[in-house]
Amino acid sequence: MRTITYGAAIMEAVAEEMRRDPKTFHLSTDAPGPLLAEFGPERVRATPITESALTGMAIGAAGSGYRPIVDWRLVTFSFVAMDQVVNQAAKIHYMFGGQARFPILFRTTVGGGTRRAAQHSQSPYSMFMNLAGLKMALPSTPRDVKGLIKTAIRDDNPVIVFEAGRLAAQQGEVPDGDVTIPLGVADVKREGRDVTVVALAWLVHEALAAAQRLAAEGISVEVVDPRSLVPMDADAIRASVRKTGRLVVADEAGATAGASAEIVALVTEHPQTFAALQAPPERVCALPVPIPYAPSLEDHVFPDRERIAAAVRRVVAGEGRGDARRTTTGG
Amino acid sequence: MSAVTPQTQRAMLRTMQTIRRFEERASEDFHAGRIHGVVHCYIGEEAVAVGVCAALTDEDRIISTHRGHGHCIAKGADLDRMMAELYGRETGYCKGKGGSMHIADFRIGMLGANGIVAGGIAIITGAGLAAQLDGKGRVAVGFFGDGASNAGPFHESLNIAACWKLPVIYVCENNLWAVNTPASASVSVRDVADRAAGYGMPGVVVDGNDVLAVHEAAAAAVTRARAGEGPTLIECKTYRHRRHTERPDQPDDRPDEEVRTWLARDPIARLKDHLGRQQGQLGEAEWQAMDAEIRAAVEAAVAFAEASPVPPPEAALQDVFAD
Repeated sequence: MRTITYGAAIMEAVAEEMRRDPKTFHLSTDAPGPLLAEFGPERVRATPITESALTGMAIGAAGSGYRPIVDWRLVTFSFVAMDQVVNQAAKIHYMFGGQARFPILFRTTVGGGTRRAAQHSQSPYSMFMNLAGLKMALPSTPRDVKGLIKTAIRDDNPVIVFEAGRLAAQQGEVPDGDVTIPLGVADVKREGRDVTVVALAWLVHEALAAAQRLAAEGISVEVVDPRSLVPMDADAIRASVRKTGRLVVADEAGATAGASAEIVALVTEHPQTFAALQAPPERVCALPVPIPYAPSLEDHVFPDRERIAAAVRRVVAGEGRGDARRTTTGG
Repeated sequence: MSAVTPQTQRAMLRTMQTIRRFEERASEDFHAGRIHGVVHCYIGEEAVAVGVCAALTDEDRIISTHRGHGHCIAKGADLDRMMAELYGRETGYCKGKGGSMHIADFRIGMLGANGIVAGGIAIITGAGLAAQLDGKGRVAVGFFGDGASNAGPFHESLNIAACWKLPVIYVCENNLWAVNTPASASVSVRDVADRAAGYGMPGVVVDGNDVLAVHEAAAAAVTRARAGEGPTLIECKTYRHRRHTERPDQPDDRPDEEVRTWLARDPIARLKDHLGRQQGQLGEAEWQAMDAEIRAAVEAAVAFAEASPVPPPEAALQDVFAD
């Protein structure tokens, strides 16, 4: 099978869907070169730097029969469009009684590790998860990002695909042809017996590295990648935890009211899964601070394979750390 | 005064009076507890919605504000389904999920009332982009108030619409007050229309209580937009006869003398006088008959709403996503 990067997979997905459906068009504050070259300035539009307007325009065009693709670029800039996201896109289908469809893909990059400091290193997906009315995905591999973006473009609802900035150059196998992956279906990235690590985006790869190390210590780790945040594949996550009896959640975002909290809750509130737990779940998340610039500081704030491995060891030993929101790493 | 035929003027008068009677009934039913939440009455501003929408076809799209009933009626929405929505019934436009601030009818190009000031301006600009991509000469009209003209989406949208020559008509209903803040204290220019110059598009000020003047300005802007020449900003000077909302705790800081002055400029009385006294095209008996028909239509809408089922509680879980 051929190997391409995560970034190339995104561009392939968008281009294939734009070829497939003439009602699609791309709005962003900068027009991606390859798309512009193929589809021209009518369908690949560089907008003024007005995320609020271009997000609202996508809603209006979607309600008028089009299927817009909006690239906010860094998720940071989506905050400028928050009225349009929260008050309009998330609610418009429901509050109008379902009389019109609003098929929109919102593309945006999340995560840190790029030494761009607080405003440009964010992972705020749980803010969006808290709204009813938006679907969202957070893919971790070239194949997943391609398949989920293609599915998102064909979906008749607003869908946010959070692209992991750290993974842009990551290589991975992507089959030729029409790859689609349904929203709401998790993927077991590595099977194991002793501990389930539910990891998101870049931390899927860190969890896989940790699992390899832990295997040498005799600990068998299962790595589950939810891939979609809304809908979340609760069944797959619970099934894995019932099998292993232990849970660690690894997320590059902060712990407080985060996706990690949602994942722990959907495990612990489920009676059969709760009954199968042999240790308190543990979360491995960013420390609760804005993301700093200096590498020594930034690297201390984000979780990585070492902290995941340490958490797995504690969970296996039945030594829960107690509170992922505290400011020490516990690693 | 205008090349609009007496027949069309009568139709405009009928629509304006329909809005007036609908709003009077909505207010009455709100105070009687039959309509919940909040109602923003359009009474006094009817000439704006009617004058603009008379220049549009069913293929053209509009978007409205929190004060949206008038735009719905002017675009041709069904009174029964509107009233049923206000009553929170299953037969309402939004199946009882929207209420007063979220009535929409996409089949007639009414993309919805909107509870966020300036929230609809970018959305209608996107409908303008869709119209441009369609290439069928459709236009998009955004209604908003003087308060919204101070907000970011107004400025962002006018800029982008002018850059791309989008077929959008931005209609500012300047009723002189943003809730209880006067436009004189919050708008930095004398006329909102002056702001058009900053975006390289025509800005027009019209008497928003003169439906024929509004219509003339709108028709010119629509012609320009259909010809691919781009957007226009029309500022309609008007006034709401009532407080910002019907809620009993809603203060009203407007000076009595100002209110009295504007009540005397009633857009409906003005068109009626123009059509009847000046043109001899509307007798008092005909007017009374027209009003009686309108009252009957509003009563029928109330009866329809009252006879309609309330949505079952579990319907709250439907329509979050399209299937």
